[in-house]
Amino acid sequence: MSVRRLHHEQPESFEFTPENLEWVKKTIERYPEGRQASAVIPVLWRAQEQNDGWVCEPAIRVVAELLGMPKIRVLEVATFYTMFQLQPVGKKAHIQVCGTTPCQLRGAEDLIRVCKRKIAEKAHDLSSDGDFSWEEVECLGACSNAPMVQIFKDTYEDLDIETFEKLIDDIAAGNPVTPGPQNGRRFAAPLSGATTLTDIDDSTVGGDPKPFIVDGNEKASHEYAGAAINDGGEGYTGVPRPAQEGVNDFHAAYAKAKAEKSEKGEG
Amino acid sequence: MKKIIVDGKEIEVPADYTVLQACEEAGAEIPRFCYHDRLSIAGNCRMCLVEVKGGPPKPTASCAMNVRDLRPGPEGQPPEVLTKSPMVKKAREGVMEFLLINHPLDCPICDQGGECDLQDQAIAYGVDTSRYHENKRAVENKYIGPLIKTIMTRCIHCTRCVRFTTEVAGISEMGLIGRGEDAEITTYLESALSSELQGNVIDLCPVGALTSRPYEFNARPWELTKTESIDVMDAVGSAIRVDSRGREVMRVMPRLNEAVNEEWISDKTRFIWDGLKTQRLDRPYVKRDGRLQPATWEEAFAAIAEKAQAAEASGTAAIAGDLCSVEDMYALKSLMDNLGSANYDCRQDGSVLDPSLGRASYLFNTSIEAIENADAILIVGANPRLEASVLNTRIRKTWRAKSLPIAVIGEQVDLTYDYKWLGAGPESLSELSKGKLDFYSALEKAQNPLIIVGSGAIAREDGEHVLALASGLAKKVGALRDDWNGFNVLHTAASRVGGLDIGFVPQEGGKGTGAIQQAAASGEISLVFLMGADELDMASFGDAFVVYMGTHGDRGAHRADVILPTATYTEKPGTYVNLEGRVQYAPRATFAPGEAREDWAVLRALSSHLGAQLPFDTIQQLRAKLYEAHPHMAMIDEIVPGSASDVEKLAGKTDAALGGAFVSPVSDFYLTNPIARASAVMAECSALAKSRQAVAAE
Repeated sequence: MSVRRLHHEQPESFEFTPENLEWVKKTIERYPEGRQASAVIPVLWRAQEQNDGWVCEPAIRVVAELLGMPKIRVLEVATFYTMFQLQPVGKKAHIQVCGTTPCQLRGAEDLIRVCKRKIAEKAHDLSSDGDFSWEEVECLGACSNAPMVQIFKDTYEDLDIETFEKLIDDIAAGNPVTPGPQNGRRFAAPLSGATTLTDIDDSTVGGDPKPFIVDGNEKASHEYAGAAINDGGEGYTGVPRPAQEGVNDFHAAYAKAKAEKSEKGEG
Repeated sequence: MKKIIVDGKEIEVPADYTVLQACEEAGAEIPRFCYHDRLSIAGNCRMCLVEVKGGPPKPTASCAMNVRDLRPGPEGQPPEVLTKSPMVKKAREGVMEFLLINHPLDCPICDQGGECDLQDQAIAYGVDTSRYHENKRAVENKYIGPLIKTIMTRCIHCTRCVRFTTEVAGISEMGLIGRGEDAEITTYLESALSSELQGNVIDLCPVGALTSRPYEFNARPWELTKTESIDVMDAVGSAIRVDSRGREVMRVMPRLNEAVNEEWISDKTRFIWDGLKTQRLDRPYVKRDGRLQPATWEEAFAAIAEKAQAAEASGTAAIAGDLCSVEDMYALKSLMDNLGSANYDCRQDGSVLDPSLGRASYLFNTSIEAIENADAILIVGANPRLEASVLNTRIRKTWRAKSLPIAVIGEQVDLTYDYKWLGAGPESLSELSKGKLDFYSALEKAQNPLIIVGSGAIAREDGEHVLALASGLAKKVGALRDDWNGFNVLHTAASRVGGLDIGFVPQEGGKGTGAIQQAAASGEISLVFLMGADELDMASFGDAFVVYMGTHGDRGAHRADVILPTATYTEKPGTYVNLEGRVQYAPRATFAPGEAREDWAVLRALSSHLGAQLPFDTIQQLRAKLYEAHPHMAMIDEIVPGSASDVEKLAGKTDAALGGAFVSPVSDFYLTNPIARASAVMAECSALAKSRQAVAAE
């Protein structure tokens, strides 16, 4: 990891789309009054998705304004979490290669060499056509499928040089790709078929990842992410009722109980 | 209270104490970088590690552990803390080694050298070699304003500066961005800090990351003569230490005074010192042929004596300025009495405070420390953030501790705490005192209501009316009790309370500041003494002969016919009475430049030329006279409280007409007195503040 700074070139302004603003307001409602700052991470995340996968300086100001926070506090959060990209990322895909020990042992360094060759010599730099960028990240929790990469919200696992190159080429060509293991196995199940619990008679088959076209953060984000990895689904539409109502109910119930108690005490 | 054993010594401490505080109580010294009494606890430097018996088998950060959370022994013995065990020593050495990994070895060129916490503690816990052979981390310096120089490579990420600016100064502008090894302290996009208390982060910084930019490479702490003094930039009377080398004041630092400034001082107090060296009047001047020309003391005195002979006693007047010591004013008052003139005034802002009503009628009666006991505050015609920045932190501290209701009548400005704005002028105060506004009930309900009346409300034609309304309101809401006097006047000038105390106001038949100016314009008054009085409209003195006694070539000197050069507050021993009525003594730190002399000595010499010789030859004799006339002036560092019933005397005068909105007398915080106006640093701050205002207005 290196020093994280805001990008030297920033857009003039940033504004949430009406749909996203609606969503942001609902997210803020998850927290009682005076605690709006708790929504800073999801709101920044939404800003990143809308802004082609990176957080720009005007977005930080907008988020600070929305949440009633000092700008510097939002900047602190944006620079602390490496999931917030502070510079433009590839128009089609930003590839996060896991470089932590299990993946490294299983060939993550080869994947990084592929990135350097096919995308850019340095992490976070854009490829010459601007479609791709890459970075090395810490463990993404798919060690049993090492080595793996994450592209926006989906992971592509059990990679080797050939499959990874093909993945990049497919995305570049606009061909659909399928998230999950790239070597034919199903999730983390053994490649050669089940070896244990074979006596259990169960034919349940869950949803499988579906092929789709990777084309930028916005399309890979809330609009598509859902129940079965990338199989449609609904975006978050807010809590059933704002948190403040719950807090008010609690206070009312407490006051009522207290009043009853004191009545009994007197009686 | 809870019992705890520290290094074998059993003591009893409140349960809410941290282990660190308990250890200090027991006399054990705990090294620390991030912990600070007046800031929230961060617990990130790990230097204060101690061993807690019965606890987990690892060192504990004593600053972040409460005494109440310690486990007792198996038979209920008090918990035991070790601060000198081998485990503690090893742990602290480890922490120190980690801190030094990325700390540059540039102590020889570091301004913090000699007063650096890291340096001192490295002596105790450091090892003499490094096991680290990689490259050290280097961090880009940040611009955070003209007052604070940053060398961020030295930063150890204690976050004291972030916590101070956020919690005490009330500006959320500093932050720690990045994480881990790449963490950096900065302001948002490296903008300048907007607080008038930012200089305090220089003292708070335990290393040389934040140092004083004006003081950059100027001196080493061990070569400075330290004089414990009192600040005169505002009426708070902050405890300061003047560090001088030879004849030069090198810097001003705060001193601890829990009752007044805790350990903070404003930027004006801290960075004024370059103004002590520029624009100084270092020899007498006499106006000849329409031009001020250098003269000897004899020539200057002769010129004054000539005019004084021609003028009648009633044609002579004196006005004392904002920075005068009590001794100076007493000498001038004695001179005017000897001359037989009743025209003198220490209220150059034209305020209507009248010392004959008793001390309580013009003091900050509650006292600064007791602001913390208030449970509702009303601010009338004052901007305490600019008029008394350090006092404002006390209000903010109280507000943070118990979020009490605060209301303001006057200008709507950012005071660093939330308040309810009730209106702009005296009409709103009138309505409030009639109980028509909601806030009245908050004041009435409060156990200890606090009312602060600023000079923006008093120094105006209807000032007496405003005072009457405010004192009436104080009476109604129960703020005037024997155990709680919640009526407070917020002065802006260091000399004011002292002047009122010794009765430096027009005597019977005499004229006040405004009347003196009118009389001078009409020719009725022909000789005017201005003792450091610069905040006046100098054109208003007409053809009068103006004798300016002062330190800087400022407004008064430009108008003067004779200039008598005198000493600034660091150059003379003086008594000052702060707004609470606390009498404080400031000894001399350096000598005045050139031929400039202490004010009282100038007046003594002048008096014999005027045939009105003053009855003292030394400052001791002067003080003896002063103490005889005003015994409370001898009670240094104490407050002789006024009686609450005196405040009620203000209530009588309610016949004046009500005027417009209250305006704070401090429009430009950085340029309120001649010394500040001579300071290049203050000029830079002022320009910056103006541009900030301009941006905010857009």
